[in-house]
Amino acid sequence: MEKVEDQNPQQEEDQVVNPWEVSAKDGGKIDYDKLIDKFGCQRLDQSFVDRVQRLTSRPPHVFLRRGVFFAHRDFNDILDAYERGQKFYLYTGRGPSSEALHLGHLIPFMFTKYLQDAFKVPLVIQLTDDEKCMWKNLSVEESQRLARENAKDIIACGFDISKTFIFSDFDYVGGAFYKNMVKVAKCVTYNKVVGIFGFTGEDHIGKLSFPPVQAVPSFPSSFPHLFSGKDDLRCLIPCAIDQDPYFRMTRDVAPRIGYHKPALIESLFFPALQGETGKMSASDPNSAIYVTDSAKDIKYKVNKHAFTGGQETIEKHRQYGANLEVDIPIKYLNFFLEDDAELEHIKKEYGAGRMLTGEVKKRLIEVLTEIVERHRRARAAVTDEMVDAFMAVRPLPNMFD
Amino acid sequence: MAYSKDQLLARLKELQIEFSQYEHPVVLTVEAQAKYVGNLGGALSKNLFLKDKKHRYYVVSALADTKVDLKVLSQRLGLGKGGLRMAAEEALVEILKVPLGCVTPFAVVNESARHVSLLLDQGFKAQEYCFFHPLSNDMSISLNAHCLDKFLKSIGRDPSYVDLEANPPVGKDQPPDLAAFVPSDAPILSDLPVKAPTQDSTGKHVSAASNSAAVAAKAIKPSGNAQNVKEKPVNTVQPSIPAADAGNFVEELLDRASALLLSEISEDSIKQHSGQLGAEVANNIKKCLREDLKNLATIFKNTAYTEGFYAGTRYQPKRL
Repeated sequence: MEKVEDQNPQQEEDQVVNPWEVSAKDGGKIDYDKLIDKFGCQRLDQSFVDRVQRLTSRPPHVFLRRGVFFAHRDFNDILDAYERGQKFYLYTGRGPSSEALHLGHLIPFMFTKYLQDAFKVPLVIQLTDDEKCMWKNLSVEESQRLARENAKDIIACGFDISKTFIFSDFDYVGGAFYKNMVKVAKCVTYNKVVGIFGFTGEDHIGKLSFPPVQAVPSFPSSFPHLFSGKDDLRCLIPCAIDQDPYFRMTRDVAPRIGYHKPALIESLFFPALQGETGKMSASDPNSAIYVTDSAKDIKYKVNKHAFTGGQETIEKHRQYGANLEVDIPIKYLNFFLEDDAELEHIKKEYGAGRMLTGEVKKRLIEVLTEIVERHRRARAAVTDEMVDAFMAVRPLPNMFD
Repeated sequence: MAYSKDQLLARLKELQIEFSQYEHPVVLTVEAQAKYVGNLGGALSKNLFLKDKKHRYYVVSALADTKVDLKVLSQRLGLGKGGLRMAAEEALVEILKVPLGCVTPFAVVNESARHVSLLLDQGFKAQEYCFFHPLSNDMSISLNAHCLDKFLKSIGRDPSYVDLEANPPVGKDQPPDLAAFVPSDAPILSDLPVKAPTQDSTGKHVSAASNSAAVAAKAIKPSGNAQNVKEKPVNTVQPSIPAADAGNFVEELLDRASALLLSEISEDSIKQHSGQLGAEVANNIKKCLREDLKNLATIFKNTAYTEGFYAGTRYQPKRL
């Protein structure tokens, strides 16, 4: 589900956001309001957050509180049905293009884990090894290997094995899943798929036929070993907003083949360490915090490479305060600092110039180190046998408990 | 790491120990071995791997013809009448690192067998050479008892030969004559614990302490430094560390809770809350630890499920 290589030519108008390219207008910031408008999805406002809190009887996840997950499609339908006692299942995924995962990659998984725990619902996780094999020109074996390696980091996010099914396309495509793929494929013309995904005459047929693979996990009948007899079960897809065009296609097709449209809950983009306008790239290890980074690495990266909104001199800083709009440590704390009150305090003091950049960075380093440490410990407990178990086609009798 | 046949043979050559080697199909019994090397002039050996009630282990290596009476041996060792029995197959693999049918004096070269006692039949001395398995059933090597001694001395073992057929009285005034052979400082090993499944699932025996199982257990330990994960303060015979260990899990939970508790109670907090300190601390602990402990519990659950799943895939349905 990751961004694929740049296919679309840079459009003249403002920003470009699609599964393969995300860039802001004039090298500025992404305008999320415009994006919601253009895509036609809905804002996730405070009333939703309150409703989730009521329904799940627990504090809403930090990503909800801070507006990291900020847009949705039909999330209200999911909540309405849930209130009536109708459960749903979660679907998310990863395109295993590299072994190195950074914190940005973990965000949808952290949020999905929260959803699984809060609503007590099952989850399917798709590893699109075939996609990466095709787009990144990896060998079949290598993409399968990466899928398994990534699965370990995903499992380390804390998913409950009795409610979670992880599958790789190379392993699982076939049977009922493939039947749904054909049903979906029949509903999308060549022109449409070119229009949505920007394919050209030079692209190989593998790419053209891939989209249904990512669409059909939205339909419960794709997983007969899990949801047999539950054709009515709804699906909620947590993802980053650049995946929206993708599921627009799926939602368009769903009613035509007699299925519920999947609901979506979408997140902002996780900024690169060097700033919103920078791009996080696997080739630049300093653009992101990796789950394999040591405490020393994190300290170095934040101190040396994080783009800050602090002023050039202490005097100026005390006078004008920090520019919170572009300050990366503040943005990262917004994602990862649990304590609302503390974050508010930091923003206030830093914005007023009373707190210095160094202090903010120091706090960020603490928070990130704790997260990475916890992840690493959990990752160490994941064995190959555990991956096999998560990926086994098996019933999950307690998936709604 | 388990000594391999090749390593052993190389070592013997290094020590300039004279021996001859004969390859043959895998054999599990002395009779089978006899088919291939029985008429080459040397004496075949029979090798027993025994254990006593206190989980101490013994290799008894004797001429094939020597009568070995376990009851007598048990008394002579001072273990009472029924103190010795054949060790379990798992122990063979765990401690001696050899497969079934392959017990051999050479197995004590393994670190895991450091505390295994070795009893050699004095009958070996009278033979020109004797046959033993060199850590593998598909080969037999023949060597003189003298040469065997040289090898044993090189690994710090004191070769001592015993009249295994003797049956001296053991009683109040006659101490057990083989009492010296009982391992003195062997660690007390409980019966080998449930092993976590490992990478090497092809063999019949689940091998001990795969890195992942060990690392899994270590991950539960309260160690802030990830580098420590690779170290294993495991006892010498290396049973595999059970991955879903309730004891470790609980220790980790208690460690975290008590660490937090200690940090919450200070002069300041006592002054601040006085009588209400208990409730205040209890609340804080719940708030801070809730997510952390749930994560630990999920890891524990996933590990236990995986063990069960692995066992289930190798389950043999009841024979009707």
